[in-house]
Amino acid sequence: MITIKDLSKVFSTKSKTISAVDNLSLEINKGEIFGVIGYSGAGKSTFIRLINRLEDPTDGQVVIDDENITLLNKKKLRVARQDIGMIFQHFNLLWSRTVEENISFPLEIAGVPKQERQERVHELIRLVGLAGREKAYPSELSGGQKQRVGIARALANNPKVLLCDEATSALDPETTDSILELLVNINEKLGLTIILITHEMHVIRKICHRVAVMDAGKVVEQGDVLDVFLHPQKQITKKFVEQIMGDKDQEDALDLLKEKYDSGKIVRLHFIGELTNQALISQVAKQYEIDINILQGKITQTQKGAYGSLFIHIDGDEEEIKRAIDYITSTSVEVEVIPYV
Amino acid sequence: MFNELFPNVKMDDVWVATYETFYMTLIALLGTFILGILLGLLLYLTSRGGLWQNKALNFIVASIVNVFRAIPFIILILLLFPFTDFIVGTIRGPNAALPALIIGSAPFYGRLVEIALREVDKGVVEAAKAMGAKTNTIILKVLLPESMPALVSGITVTGIALIGYTAIAGVIGAGGLGDFAYFYGFQRRSFDVVFVCTVLIVIIVFIFQFIGDSISNKLDKR
Repeated sequence: MITIKDLSKVFSTKSKTISAVDNLSLEINKGEIFGVIGYSGAGKSTFIRLINRLEDPTDGQVVIDDENITLLNKKKLRVARQDIGMIFQHFNLLWSRTVEENISFPLEIAGVPKQERQERVHELIRLVGLAGREKAYPSELSGGQKQRVGIARALANNPKVLLCDEATSALDPETTDSILELLVNINEKLGLTIILITHEMHVIRKICHRVAVMDAGKVVEQGDVLDVFLHPQKQITKKFVEQIMGDKDQEDALDLLKEKYDSGKIVRLHFIGELTNQALISQVAKQYEIDINILQGKITQTQKGAYGSLFIHIDGDEEEIKRAIDYITSTSVEVEVIPYV
Repeated sequence: MFNELFPNVKMDDVWVATYETFYMTLIALLGTFILGILLGLLLYLTSRGGLWQNKALNFIVASIVNVFRAIPFIILILLLFPFTDFIVGTIRGPNAALPALIIGSAPFYGRLVEIALREVDKGVVEAAKAMGAKTNTIILKVLLPESMPALVSGITVTGIALIGYTAIAGVIGAGGLGDFAYFYGFQRRSFDVVFVCTVLIVIIVFIFQFIGDSISNKLDKR
């Protein structure tokens, strides 16, 4: 649905030229939430601005629904932009306008008649959960509420795409979650394609279907979120995954565990995009004559199910333990028996 | 009591002079507001990174603004005599002071407008662009409303300077309290007249400042 081909942006100053976005190509499908992650300076902010040409690309093209954005003249670009919503890290609301006037602004730009504007504004206010705050000024709202206004404003003209520029980076974790939920909600309800850029892996984990990792203006890795989580190829990607999963330090703690137990078995369970076996532990405990002790682990939820690993200690009759492990192996959960030294 | 303290003050004449001062200030203020906003917008829009970025035009406008701000007001009045005569048809009276008042204060206000516009959040302008707004829309619905409190406090400062200018203009016979204080007070050695005129001018300044501040505060929803 969105095709980005060989997109480049070079900033030149007197002393040097900087390639902010370097020959970048991507395909983004209709209705998906596509995340771009990278550290600051990786060029992701420039990248998202190239999509609606807030920055003009030096080279390459952006095609949205067969419309080549990069070739449009100023007038046609303005019309095309009404189909591309955008939300910002610092919300960028007009302080001089109330909530409803802010949401009404893009409708005024699109020349929607007053009556229709009012109806649409009320619809949007309900959609983003701001009923009762219509007459408030942005200065009277919390960060999360401001971003809700930003989202309502971006959706006003029923866009095909929503661009999110670090939309949750200025919010606290709890508010971030509620805004992310709203985005997923909108994505599902309206079938809206969302492109978001962030430096926070948990944003990607929580709502994205696919992800691209950006470094020095290039996409160094991309794919399904789960694949990238499971098999990060590049060092930078591994670092982002560690943000969520913790790092290899866990393994050291394993030696301590081994010393503590002399009977039974320590088993590591890998949950990979698990949707069906969420109650695995209790199932196993009920079916087999064994004791299960959860030792440590970390499991996190992505759009494609649970992902993570769990260390458990199984104690009981040796045969029974074996049967239990065989059972777990027969599910989609991967099992690894940690040998005692 | 009043007649004993101020034997030379004829209140009827003082009120006429006060009215003339108000008249000159308000009309000149209106002209300054319009011209100043146009100049300020031009300066802002043609500057580097502006919506109409244009080095040459920016240089020309900035030069005109700087030149007119550099000319002392009393000399500007004299320089503008032919222009005033052509436009107004006379070089005496309150109307004759208006061209000089407006041309003298609009460049000053223009700079204040430019500063006010620079304070508008760039992100908000970017958001409007991302919505597909035309430059006209950005000017009328983003830049001006978002800078309105600063525009109002700017015009208040300019208005107070203008009251001072009207007094200077009085010296060349423009009418108003300055004129009155100079010809009926100073030149006739009637210092009670000078005193009364001064008090009235100070009161007018206070009124302007008060009105300006309250409007600016009322507009500011930040």
